Amino acid sequence: MEHEYDVLIIGGGVVGCAIARELSAYRLQIGVLEKNPDVGYETSARNTGVVHGGFAYDVGSLKAALCVEGNRMMGELAKELHFPFKRCGKILVGHTEEEYARLLEVIRQGEACGASNLRMVDREELHTIIPSAEGNFALLSENSGIVDPFLMTSALAENAAENGVDFHLSCEVSDISREDGLWVIRTKNEVFTTRWIINSAGAQCGKISEMLGIRGYRIIFSKGDYIVLDPRLGTMVPMPIYTVPSNTYMGIHVTVTTEGNLLLGPTAENKEDPEDYGTEQKNLDFLYEEAMRIWPHFTKGDCIRTYSGVLPKWVDENGTIQDFRIEIRDKEAPNAVNLIGIESPGLTASVPIARYVIRLMKEREVFEPNADFNPARNEIRRFADCTREEQEALIRENPDYGEIVCRCSKVTRAEILSAIHNPLGARTMAAVKYRTRCMMGRCQGGYCQMRIAQMLETEAGLDPCEIMYARDGSPLFFGKVRG
Amino acid sequence: MKQEIQDLDVLIIGGGPAGLAAALRLRQNGIENILIAEREKQPGGILRQCIHDGFGLTRFREMLSGPEYAERFIREAEALKIPILTNASVTEITPDRIATVVARDGLRTYRARAIILAMGCRERTRGALAIPGSRPAGVFTAGVAQAYINLYNRMPAREVVILGSGDIGMIMARRLTLEGAHVQAVFEIQPYPSGLTRNIRQCLDDFGIPLHLSHTVTKVHGERRVTGVTVQEVGDGFRPIPGTEQFYPCDTLILSVGLIPENELSLGAGVKLDPHTRGPIVNERFETSVPGIFAAGNVLHVHDLADYVSLEAEELADAVTDYVTGKDLPDCSVSVTCDKNINHVIPQTVSLRESVNLSLRVNRPLTDVKVAAVQGGDVIAKKTLKKALPAEMISLHVPKDRILPGKELEVRIL
Repeated sequence: MEHEYDVLIIGGGVVGCAIARELSAYRLQIGVLEKNPDVGYETSARNTGVVHGGFAYDVGSLKAALCVEGNRMMGELAKELHFPFKRCGKILVGHTEEEYARLLEVIRQGEACGASNLRMVDREELHTIIPSAEGNFALLSENSGIVDPFLMTSALAENAAENGVDFHLSCEVSDISREDGLWVIRTKNEVFTTRWIINSAGAQCGKISEMLGIRGYRIIFSKGDYIVLDPRLGTMVPMPIYTVPSNTYMGIHVTVTTEGNLLLGPTAENKEDPEDYGTEQKNLDFLYEEAMRIWPHFTKGDCIRTYSGVLPKWVDENGTIQDFRIEIRDKEAPNAVNLIGIESPGLTASVPIARYVIRLMKEREVFEPNADFNPARNEIRRFADCTREEQEALIRENPDYGEIVCRCSKVTRAEILSAIHNPLGARTMAAVKYRTRCMMGRCQGGYCQMRIAQMLETEAGLDPCEIMYARDGSPLFFGKVRG
Repeated sequence: MKQEIQDLDVLIIGGGPAGLAAALRLRQNGIENILIAEREKQPGGILRQCIHDGFGLTRFREMLSGPEYAERFIREAEALKIPILTNASVTEITPDRIATVVARDGLRTYRARAIILAMGCRERTRGALAIPGSRPAGVFTAGVAQAYINLYNRMPAREVVILGSGDIGMIMARRLTLEGAHVQAVFEIQPYPSGLTRNIRQCLDDFGIPLHLSHTVTKVHGERRVTGVTVQEVGDGFRPIPGTEQFYPCDTLILSVGLIPENELSLGAGVKLDPHTRGPIVNERFETSVPGIFAAGNVLHVHDLADYVSLEAEELADAVTDYVTGKDLPDCSVSVTCDKNINHVIPQTVSLRESVNLSLRVNRPLTDVKVAAVQGGDVIAKKTLKKALPAEMISLHVPKDRILPGKELEVRIL
């Protein structure tokens, strides 16, 4: 099949989805190519979900400027798109005089970058804010916060889809060429032509850049393992606890998620393969030990799972980590926006990155506004988060809200159905899980996964062998037992 | 209409072997105003997916499958017109025994004179073990695999490794083999099996499936579907021994690594739990730390056989009958303690004025032992066993006429 677009975005991570959503405010035919069966499967959702304040980056860098802007607008964005966001603040604890000096330097640097509401707190105030924290003093960043990184990504994507963007899932780019003034992109089964192409491929940015004819970027993959702890500990940590950072490494931290779980991590290790997400015992042991020094209030028994994520970092010939690079090289690759080294704080900065990309494009072409653009997205109403009166109203309106499918997180049939019929057409167990929280609780799907698999069959019309756990090639079943 | 609070004598949460047996006995005892709340579309609980035999030998003196065993109770419940509210989830209970139930026709509120907790248990998952490696498709708990095969007609496995020698894991080793999958081995981290001897014989030995003790899975491989697992022998403190790594190529890892009583609702009502059983602390009448809230079956402590779940629930129903009919009941303020060989004893408190059935499990396999109830140095009840295994529950009856009032009760291995 052939498709023709004005703009084709490669990569359905948070940045690709933000670009799609921001561009859908213009009269353009827009497509997104994503190799996975859903958005946000790689770097975008494999992190701690911290909304950064923008103080831990070099003055004058894109990282600093776009992060500060992203931080400022996050509240508005979360309201418009209905994804979980809390401006809970963040604390960087220190013990020594050198660390105190470094934190003062971080404040100066942050203020020079435009970050605000940064201040030092003494031991007493630190323990008023977080009684369980260790440290002699701390830097408090009141503007920092947390989001659910998957829901932020899928909210951007679903809003883009509602505004007319086509999402081509399970579509991995195999070749890019320039023919008759257009870009021609081939995947396994399809050919796409487009006037504009955007490389927001995240961990694969170097590979796509080469395909566009822009060579020479050196990308390293910094992998971090994380441990997820039981939510019963979540209330003890009202905001993320960090140690004193450098401008290129944040260190191991203890973070609370929007769901109230605690995360320990990440480790940092350079890897060849950007998609090797296996966790290693030695890293987990190291994390337990290190995190115990920052926040000694958990045991190994509190672990409910482990995961890892990869940050693609652009480095120079000396291995020094570089800023974000967002460029159009009119001679080598006309009408191609190349995004290189989008790592942390890419989640915080995603919409400002998208707007920066569009500014570069608009310097070269006039885009007509899309009068029908609707920036708001309907959320899946969460039964568990509603008051009793709201719950009664929901059930009256839709009896499927009266059928609890996932008992750990109290997710109802109505919510599962909404997730299956999401605007992107994502069709996996993980697509349902990340959108609704089902299968994420204590029993990890022991009670509900059978019914969710069955609903995917009946509601999405999938054959038993077509039900994937997460990625393509991850089938749940080998067929029927009988007939 | 549904805003109104409905009054009940007894609300039973869960329509599995415990809840059904309790309801029947209550009705036989003349307690009329009762209700079973069941979250599934049919009653029966976990028995519905246990299509193997081995049920009923104690309770009915007959060999039955799980569904047949459940059917006996369900038919009787129908005959006695015991109301069972299905497809209804209890989401909250309060210390004053007000329960919220979510159903397709709205939220319902019940106020009960007594609540019976009969929610059963859940399986421990991979996350709780923190096995390193990737997170592909193909890692299932034994009960989930059992549901897929027996209830949903879906084949989740071909080339299988099983971690944990719990009973459901061994039963699934046989079931998977019978359905054409290849089960390579069962690995158990403990130096002894955690399931029943009869299951080792009938589910593993008879099918030539090896059981490797003191071994565990230390890594899961595969980014999409499982491609294999690394297995290691464990030494002191269950630590994997370096150099013993062995890679088993497989597409499925089945976990049978323990069952945990399901007490989130109980905790919400302020019920205190025993860290050993992970079920409520109860007195000899199966009453929890919250007056009027009772517990029996796997929500109280994980049982080896469903028959004992039903028998325990029937005993509980008699106690609940006494409670709701306002009978004068003795105070249960004496703790039952146990020695280091014993993992737990149910009940945890007694009155020393009534006969009591103690239910316990040992910590490790023991041979030629006497299990004894001791008061102030005097053995007041004992049982001689050729073998005592952690997999098997041990029951010890302490008759009323032997009990010495006022003296602490201890259970010991002699």
